Amino acid sequence: MSTTKVRPARSPISRFVTPRPTGPRRGSTLLRHLLWVAVGAVAVYFVSYGIDPFRNYQLATVAAYLCVTAGLTMLTGLNGQLSLGHGALMACGAYTVALAQNEFSDRGVLGAWALPVSLALGVLVAALAGALIGVCAARLRGPYLAGVTLAVALVVPAFTTRFAGLFNADQGLSVYVDPAPAALGPYFPPERWQAWIAIGAAMLSLLIVANLVHSRYGRAFKAVRDDEVAAKLAGIHVARTQVLAFVVSAGCAGLGGGVLAVISQSVSPSVFGLTLSLNLLLAIVLGGLGSLFGAAWGALLLVLLPYLTTQVTRGLELSPGLANKLEGNLPLAIFGLTLIIVMLVAPGGIQDAFRALGRTVRRRF
Amino acid sequence: MERFIFLTFDGLSRGAVYAAFALALVLIWRAARVVNFAQGAMAVVTAYAAYMVSDAVGSYLVGFLVALVGGLLLGALVERGLMRFVGHANPLNDVIVALGLVLLLTAVVGIIFGGEFRAANQPFDTSAIEVGGVPLMSRYDLFIWGTVATIVVLLALLFTRTAVGLRMRAAAFAPEVSRLLGVNVGRMLTLGWALAAVVGAVAGVLILPTELGLHPHAMDIVFASSFAAAIVGGLDSPVGAVVGGIIVGLILSYVSGYLGAALTPVAVLAVLLAVLLLRPGGIFSGVRARTV
Repeated sequence: MSTTKVRPARSPISRFVTPRPTGPRRGSTLLRHLLWVAVGAVAVYFVSYGIDPFRNYQLATVAAYLCVTAGLTMLTGLNGQLSLGHGALMACGAYTVALAQNEFSDRGVLGAWALPVSLALGVLVAALAGALIGVCAARLRGPYLAGVTLAVALVVPAFTTRFAGLFNADQGLSVYVDPAPAALGPYFPPERWQAWIAIGAAMLSLLIVANLVHSRYGRAFKAVRDDEVAAKLAGIHVARTQVLAFVVSAGCAGLGGGVLAVISQSVSPSVFGLTLSLNLLLAIVLGGLGSLFGAAWGALLLVLLPYLTTQVTRGLELSPGLANKLEGNLPLAIFGLTLIIVMLVAPGGIQDAFRALGRTVRRRF
Repeated sequence: MERFIFLTFDGLSRGAVYAAFALALVLIWRAARVVNFAQGAMAVVTAYAAYMVSDAVGSYLVGFLVALVGGLLLGALVERGLMRFVGHANPLNDVIVALGLVLLLTAVVGIIFGGEFRAANQPFDTSAIEVGGVPLMSRYDLFIWGTVATIVVLLALLFTRTAVGLRMRAAAFAPEVSRLLGVNVGRMLTLGWALAAVVGAVAGVLILPTELGLHPHAMDIVFASSFAAAIVGGLDSPVGAVVGGIIVGLILSYVSGYLGAALTPVAVLAVLLAVLLLRPGGIFSGVRARTV
């Protein structure tokens, strides 16, 4: 009879479970995110007063893209579903907002609530379309899903041409937008008002996505992405989780599309083509897949890079023909090249690079 | 009835091109487990090269040869210079890199040639051959069928009758074992990509004159249709790709003939969803054991 004490073996699972670093975070996640949103809103309020109308327009466009990239980075980065159809979902939101706004102005229904209602309708329509695609997407993986959503991206012009009476084919629609409220004074620039609308929408979608990511749904998203079988064994309904991610992300895309329609006061199918979907993908990969800060970097680059290349080519005094060819294409060529290089060299994107930099700095000092 | 017959023949020649393009996708899928989303953009590049050269020289044949050689080089270059270095930690990486290539290639074509449509000239007259008073097909359709049939036969001979074909199949089927047996797996992979790009380039050159002509995004919808064709037949089956191509060609021809050409992308999406949801492995798939 041996009396040697058997030391309890370290469970093999413990290798995979990282101990909690510093205990649970204090306070409510919702409150923390609300605080962030409040800080962001105040900052943007002052920024929007400090910059000229064109910068305000650019700021609004960044915010519109941010709505979409926040949702898409959650879908692709955290849930592992690659969607090339978010341009089409943006089109859903944009066309719904255009039709609703024009209907309101035709009927003479005016008021501060008209725009939020149209935007909500846009979100609803895009989320419904997203639910439809998401139900199919939940059965598809990897390249199959990418191929199907690519076909979705190509469908937009087909719809606008087929129902030309409603969508006015290739010309698209102009969008009626109320001027800024009179309470803000007679000389309030409309661009600043639009920037406020866009920033408000972006804050809303960031808040929703950030809370979702930090909830049990967010953990389920990641579990499904990493190992479907393990997630299923842990009691997660895989298909339902995937559809939920797709619907939320589609709603964000609809909001972004609607805001874009309000900012540019027009919608046309050429804006929402396959190139837009590829640009959105670039934005989230470049920023860092799955990171909301990365989504912000990506949205910023989507607006900034075309603007900068236009400035540079204007400075070069090129012939008008060549300048015209470079105008739309040079940013896309740079986008494509950057996407390839980032995927090969730094798959974590900008946000990951910053994180690594921060770690190095902390270790040094 | 006359219309139906015409649409059927039109669908068959469209389908032949989709079959060739789908075959290119299947070739790369079997060799590397990658769906080459840049196939369409690569075909656009070779098609521009082909038609620019044939316009300059005045000979269609020279342009066609340029497409062949260009496809061979471009395919090898993309594999050797790019796809080989993509990490496989995430299955989406290949797709994302290929999509980056799409952005880059179409933008470069747009910078060089501009964004407007350019005419792509057919080498034969477009008048239809009539049989019993019913217009059936043009000489160009016959040329398409002949070319695609030649490609299919050559590929079949290559893979079933030659040592290189055997090595390529071995390298795709069991890379480690074939490497031990002295097969240069990397070179076989490059060869597979080059062959697929040649087939894709030929398909691009063939289909552009029957559509609107040359445009940086002219192959987008062709790519989607051919992807649908490859899915219909099953991504793993070359025979399936050919049959799937014909089926998709016929469906799209009937849809655009009876319901309007604008609805073609909707039909592509419908076909894709129908096949993927009802029979995900394609119509030629057998019963497959599920691996966990």
